[in-house]
Amino acid sequence: MATKNIAGVDVNVNEEGYLTDHSQWNREIGEAIAKEEGIELTGQHWKVLEFLQNEVKTNGALPTIRRLTKSGVVDTKTLYQLFPDGPMKKASKIAGLEKPASCV
Amino acid sequence: MKRVLILGAGTAGTIMANRLNRKLGRKEWTITIVDQHPKHYYQPGFLFIPFEMYTAADVTRNKTDFLPKNVEYVQEGIDVIEPNHNRVKLQNGKSIEYHILIIATGTNIVPGEVEGLLDSGWGENAFDFYTVEGSVALAKRLKDWKGGKMVVHIAEMPIKCPVAPLEFTFLADWYFSKKGIRDDVEIKYVTPLSGAFTKPRASGVLNHLLENKQVNLVPDFNIMHVDGTAKKLVSFDEKEVDYDILVSIPTNMGDSVIERSGMGDELNFVPTHKHTLQSKAHENIFVLGDATDLPSSKAGSVAHFEAEILTGNVLYFIQNKPLKEDFDGHANCFIESGFGKGFLIDFNYDVEPVEGRFPLPIIGPMSLLKESRMNHFGKLAFKWIYWNVLLRGWPIPMITAQMTELGKKL
Repeated sequence: MATKNIAGVDVNVNEEGYLTDHSQWNREIGEAIAKEEGIELTGQHWKVLEFLQNEVKTNGALPTIRRLTKSGVVDTKTLYQLFPDGPMKKASKIAGLEKPASCV
Repeated sequence: MKRVLILGAGTAGTIMANRLNRKLGRKEWTITIVDQHPKHYYQPGFLFIPFEMYTAADVTRNKTDFLPKNVEYVQEGIDVIEPNHNRVKLQNGKSIEYHILIIATGTNIVPGEVEGLLDSGWGENAFDFYTVEGSVALAKRLKDWKGGKMVVHIAEMPIKCPVAPLEFTFLADWYFSKKGIRDDVEIKYVTPLSGAFTKPRASGVLNHLLENKQVNLVPDFNIMHVDGTAKKLVSFDEKEVDYDILVSIPTNMGDSVIERSGMGDELNFVPTHKHTLQSKAHENIFVLGDATDLPSSKAGSVAHFEAEILTGNVLYFIQNKPLKEDFDGHANCFIESGFGKGFLIDFNYDVEPVEGRFPLPIIGPMSLLKESRMNHFGKLAFKWIYWNVLLRGWPIPMITAQMTELGKKL
């Protein structure tokens, strides 16, 4: 495991840059990871990120895209505009969560 | 009399009926199994129908041929499960009460979940091969096809038998080569995953194989809609892929009875404890095979391994003993790669497919994650094993329910 300095804080990350300890995450770190991914966070982005964090807190697992869009937080088209090229991979990284496991 | 009620007489339910029939005290227990369809399909055989290797008759039998005589078989649709009353209502208005329920209602393709897929050209230039009807229709279409753009497309994960779309692609390459029109066919493999398969080491090997066979891989493609008139796929981020023939692997969902009963997740799969196979919501309900929400493959081999562990757990449950957390996600899949060759992969929740020998270390005779003729013969021989050993609920010699690490290059 490596550590990386993000937004002035040393955090534990895996080889793909996902935080391995969510308790180290804060909003500034989220902003900084988003910038690395070429995304400027808006209120709409934050709604998605907070939904993901709440789901992980209550269910212990990331929701699927289908669950996210069914929740009414965001529609799929907008989700892809907010987080281009793999929205769940990017959003979970920015939210300081684990990378979504692709199903088998 | 107490009753174990099994919903679904497909691969999982049939195996379970056979196993429980041998293990449960029949003075005390009745076993009842419900299914709406009279026919049992050898689903791994659907893959071969479009390429004229099998016919529909080769993969079709009667369900009752594989169920023990003293298991009660009810051919009827299921209306709703009422877990709080330990009761299942059938579509004919009758109800069946149970002490233990085993849900083995499987997964279905739902083409209507992919916007536009059913609108124009379904059955003419857009097909599935996950149903016998789809495979037969595709066989007819391919027979006289002169070439053009073929697109094999996975809508979203999870899907039943995640290697089947790859096998289809490899066989298509072989089939068109054999017909002498391979140069006139462009094959694209379009997937929402970042590579050919879900597990990194196997994905690397299979990506390479696609490349060798001159199949273009289009990864990270998340379908927004199919435009059947213009014959193209459009993604959410506005990528487009044209086709002349679309071979679609649509969204897979659990049976609609799960939704009607309010027992599923957003894809109608039943939340299940991943090591015991007990449902998370009700302690006298167990879930088997494709109907679960487990992060294991949706495949017959998985149902077979699960059934062995679930048989033990049903008996422990009856005896008020703690359940064993023995299911490890074990899957074992042949991958037909065309030209009389095949791969074999063996993996579980924690160990991804790697190279090695199977089932015996060093001796094999099968090779893991490597192309060989023996693996192809293994795949063909598997049809006999399926009908005569697997469905009957017998163990397959030398292959254990839990994955072994022996013989694997970890």
